[in-house]
Amino acid sequence: MTTLVPNAEIERVADAVRRRVLVHTIRNNGGYLCQACSSAEMLATLYLRAMRLGPSHGPPVPVEFRGVPGKSPAVSGAAYNGGPGPDNDRFILSAAHYALVLYATLIEVGRLAPEALEHFNRDGSTVEMIGAEHSPGMEATTGSLGQGLSVALGMAMARRRRGGSGRVWVFMSDGELQSGEIWEAIGMAAHHGVDNLGVYLDANGNQVDGPIVDVQRIEPAAERVRTLGWRVHEVDGHDPDALAEPALEPPDGRSLMVIARTCPWQGIPSLAQRAPKLHFLRFRPGEAELALADCGLTMEEVPA
Amino acid sequence: MKPVETVSRPYARAFVEWARDREEVLCLSADLTGSCEVDDFRDAYPDRFISCGMAEQNMMAVAGGFARQGFVPFVHTFSVFVTRRPYDQVGMSIAYPNLRVRLMAFLPGLTTPGGVTHQAIDDVGLMRLLPNMTVLDCGDATEVETVLDVTEQVDGPVFVRVLRGVVPRLFEEPMQLGRVRVLLHGGDVCLLTSGICTGEALPAVEALADAGVSMTHLHVSTLKPFHDPTVLDAVASARTGVITMENHLVTGGLGSVVAELIADHGLGQRLVRMGLRDTYAHGGSLPYLLDYYGLSARHLVAEVERLVGEPLGVELEHPAEHEPVPPAAKAEAL
Repeated sequence: MTTLVPNAEIERVADAVRRRVLVHTIRNNGGYLCQACSSAEMLATLYLRAMRLGPSHGPPVPVEFRGVPGKSPAVSGAAYNGGPGPDNDRFILSAAHYALVLYATLIEVGRLAPEALEHFNRDGSTVEMIGAEHSPGMEATTGSLGQGLSVALGMAMARRRRGGSGRVWVFMSDGELQSGEIWEAIGMAAHHGVDNLGVYLDANGNQVDGPIVDVQRIEPAAERVRTLGWRVHEVDGHDPDALAEPALEPPDGRSLMVIARTCPWQGIPSLAQRAPKLHFLRFRPGEAELALADCGLTMEEVPA
Repeated sequence: MKPVETVSRPYARAFVEWARDREEVLCLSADLTGSCEVDDFRDAYPDRFISCGMAEQNMMAVAGGFARQGFVPFVHTFSVFVTRRPYDQVGMSIAYPNLRVRLMAFLPGLTTPGGVTHQAIDDVGLMRLLPNMTVLDCGDATEVETVLDVTEQVDGPVFVRVLRGVVPRLFEEPMQLGRVRVLLHGGDVCLLTSGICTGEALPAVEALADAGVSMTHLHVSTLKPFHDPTVLDAVASARTGVITMENHLVTGGLGSVVAELIADHGLGQRLVRMGLRDTYAHGGSLPYLLDYYGLSARHLVAEVERLVGEPLGVELEHPAEHEPVPPAAKAEAL
């Protein structure tokens, strides 16, 4: 049995992800900051405890854009998640607007250089705002939300045919449960008993237009998915032990969904005043200082 | 005209045979297994048959996932359900990543008893718009059988219009990627046909030749890419003009491809595009629909007469002038 990464390390990475995304959001006059707040422990736990990944073989500073698939030699962001061996896990970021949070996570776990974020959203860069499969850590192009689970399902069924213990993990946002294709995929995974497929769902309760309860309810999410034949766990999305535990249980013939109940201003409580519009944050005068203070930082620690 | 040989369920047999030793080939189906003639495959290789349910958006992205792991999924459903409902999934989860997924699209154009919801009159246009996508249209049983080999040459996604049921055999030579078939060579008119329209046109072309019209007749099975120099030469050298005839809207498919070729090369040729003209169709038998929408042999004769500028007095062996098709002769099964 391999030694588990201690909670303190997961918490250190999660805090560092929040701080890095916060500083980035201030310097770039906007960003997907609440997604970092809600998912920092989820991504840290996935990378440090839940997923079995080989070492990164992506360049620490990502390559520039060289052309799209089919028109140029392939560049895959999957390289940052390690080799594709049959016993290695794969990771699909379905909620592609979390790309910045993923990049920050890759940096904090040592799979990407901090300088990579200097290329974020710059023309000619692969470190895109809504990433594509050439972006670090991304293996599929999922910016059209609701498709990532289906892609992962196909990959999981393919890998199961070939044998090996590797699993396919999907990071999803709760708003995606409104998409019909997600339920098609849930049904198909259940029907075929695809138990090498696992979903971590960031249930932060918010989407572009505002709170999910106002836009279109998705609850009772756990009951709905469980009824269709999945193994569903609802956990505190900021608790590393609770997050990791379902992934450490052996597969049992069912696909796994971990619904992580999270807070969109976790770690930066001053963001709560921006509710209910939390999807993309651009600070108004004075707010950046408050957010930095929440993290024990000052404007002097924000590079020009 | 000599009687045309027909083949029953050419795809069913060809796919089972072709896939036998290709373990990477998977068959995906969305509740239209018999309707897409892959029931034989399901029975022969149950382990490689993957039932996806009536859920095409998921099926397309799942196919992309399989292809990412080295399998070659052949996705089977009606063409409308390949091209309309899951268009975003085909674009983002198959075409953008340039994956080796084969979209086997049945009931192209008006070849369905299912009415407007089942008539894929825009499928070629929709698929041709997608970067990385290769677009093929089968015109006879030989092409249905040999298109499988053609797909193997393409390192990316392929969309194929497949014919099912009793299919005429018009050609002996296998389909070739990116090459038209020259069925007739002449100088007055250049006719390009695709899919079932080639078979529809043949009696008219024969009668026109008998009447002294010198025609080039090309059968097009690769709609994209469209770079065959034979086409450019034939279109450029037609004395009175060019006609396209397709089981599709005149926009987006063969008519558009040829119009673009004429414009790109500054040929200034007159172009007559036969097909559906900015209209949906309705349910009916294929002969009725082809006649109603101006895609019968007699309509082709009329267009040629207009181009050459004189009535030719052509008599067709079987003029299909609004002959009602008896209900018993209609295909009812979807």
